Amino acid sequence: MNKIPDDEQGGGEGALGPAAAGREAVRARDLGVVRGRTPVLKGLDFAVARGSVTGLLGPSGCGKTTLMRAIVGAQAKVTGTLEVLGRPAGSPSLRHRLGYVTQAPSVYADLTIRQNLAYYAAVLGVPRRERERQVDAALADVDLTSHAGSLVANLSGGQRSRVSLAVALLGTPELLVLDEPTVGLDPVLRRSLWGLFHRLAAERGASLLISSHVMDEADRCQRLILMRDGRILAEGTPDEMRRRTGSETVEDAFLRLVEEDTARRDGGREDPRNPGDPADQEHRDHQNHQNHREPEDPRRHPRDNRDNRDNEEG
Amino acid sequence: MSATRILATALRVLRQLRHDPRTIALLLLVPVLLLVLLYYVFDSDRGSFDRIGSSLLGIFPLVTMFLVTSIATLRERTSGTLERLLAMPLGKADLILGYALAFGVFAVLQAGLATGVALWFLDLDIAGSPWLLLLVALLNALLGTALGLFVSAFAASEFQAVQFMPAILFPQILLCGLFAPRSAMQPVLEYVSNVLPMSYSVDGMTEVLKHSDLTVDYVRDVLIVAAVALGVLGLGAATLRRRTA
Repeated sequence: MNKIPDDEQGGGEGALGPAAAGREAVRARDLGVVRGRTPVLKGLDFAVARGSVTGLLGPSGCGKTTLMRAIVGAQAKVTGTLEVLGRPAGSPSLRHRLGYVTQAPSVYADLTIRQNLAYYAAVLGVPRRERERQVDAALADVDLTSHAGSLVANLSGGQRSRVSLAVALLGTPELLVLDEPTVGLDPVLRRSLWGLFHRLAAERGASLLISSHVMDEADRCQRLILMRDGRILAEGTPDEMRRRTGSETVEDAFLRLVEEDTARRDGGREDPRNPGDPADQEHRDHQNHQNHREPEDPRRHPRDNRDNRDNEEG
Repeated sequence: MSATRILATALRVLRQLRHDPRTIALLLLVPVLLLVLLYYVFDSDRGSFDRIGSSLLGIFPLVTMFLVTSIATLRERTSGTLERLLAMPLGKADLILGYALAFGVFAVLQAGLATGVALWFLDLDIAGSPWLLLLVALLNALLGTALGLFVSAFAASEFQAVQFMPAILFPQILLCGLFAPRSAMQPVLEYVSNVLPMSYSVDGMTEVLKHSDLTVDYVRDVLIVAAVALGVLGLGAATLRRRTA
């Protein structure tokens, strides 16, 4: 199904053989998810390299969250193969090794920040004498040490999402799955969090999969997975994406890839999926509504879209 | 199942409650005030006060724990904390027993206060030991926690969760023998009341009211209420899904 162009595979991890398994934190083959009767993810093949920061980019509603839920084992009706840290996704032994941050902050509003972290640390099985040190370290990582005693209900949205992120750092997970962790944060904080993500990868050897619908976060990632309409458009480093499409920015590269994809889908009538499928159309309409960045007509020249970039910053 | 995780969960639930002093005050004081109200309603009929008052001592914890648990677990489901916990090494039993323990502790406080006030200030006249009343009250609290946990799976909002209270508990209150002896009901209703757990908690309270020693009927009633509570807790556990659509 979802064929990745040949030249793209050359640049990526490529090999699907078992030799690659040790270097991959996540490996998906023909991964699909159905919600109700609608296919949300269709035949995905991709890998997340170990010890790297991988960006999962695509417009709102393209299936990023569903994919992340599948990886952490929270998504029902998953088909195909999905291996996480060498085990099938959702295996009980993975629950110690994963950190997962949902889009909405999953913390208790009627507890203080420290009480939240202490509880989750206990659930993760962090030994009692280790707990305080780990909680302090996580608080420092997300720059909330001075607010440790505040009730989460009294925090701003950005602070709450950082509490949620701090929970995911407890227990030194090998794989961090972060669903739009930097949305709504000011630029200074965003930069410091991306610094933290790279430190986690470089110093602790953690693998990070970070979703975003803001394309200019792409250059902060070592590798990218671009998604649209429940399928993967491309996989590789930001440089590869730009070179392959002859674009200056990843955003332009994404738009080029969308054009190519649309052309291929419209041209190739042997494709069993009808591009005019009402469910698909509804899906796209939803995206257009959610994400102003996506052009109404993907065939329009990408540059036309650049002028209004500034006023659409997250 | 892990004792550390059960205790951590119970402590967390109690800490959440502690940040909400108004709810604590309502939980502790409303039953007492309602008993005082009932005392004056039956101003000239002490026998009815004894009968209804002792039954209410069992029903209060059931109703309040039902409400508190159904809202609390609905919040866990909708806020994403449940999904997060189930992606962690937390057993479903850890979570459920943690809740049961926390609300059990609270139910002991609530029932202790209400029973104390009823016995010493309102001259509630019972033949048996007040500890037996407390045991039924505690088991009822557990039953309320179990039912609340179970129905929260079928509620999409707090509005719906609250409406489950009259739907699930009012029929039991009508049929438990509080308003009319169960044997005097239309036969179909009597059969229905035989399978509803609240009937047995009220029967158990009545045993304590009438008999100074431990009766076989009391033991049977207590075992039935405990068994139903455990069964419904099991059903509640089945509604906690690690994978959702």
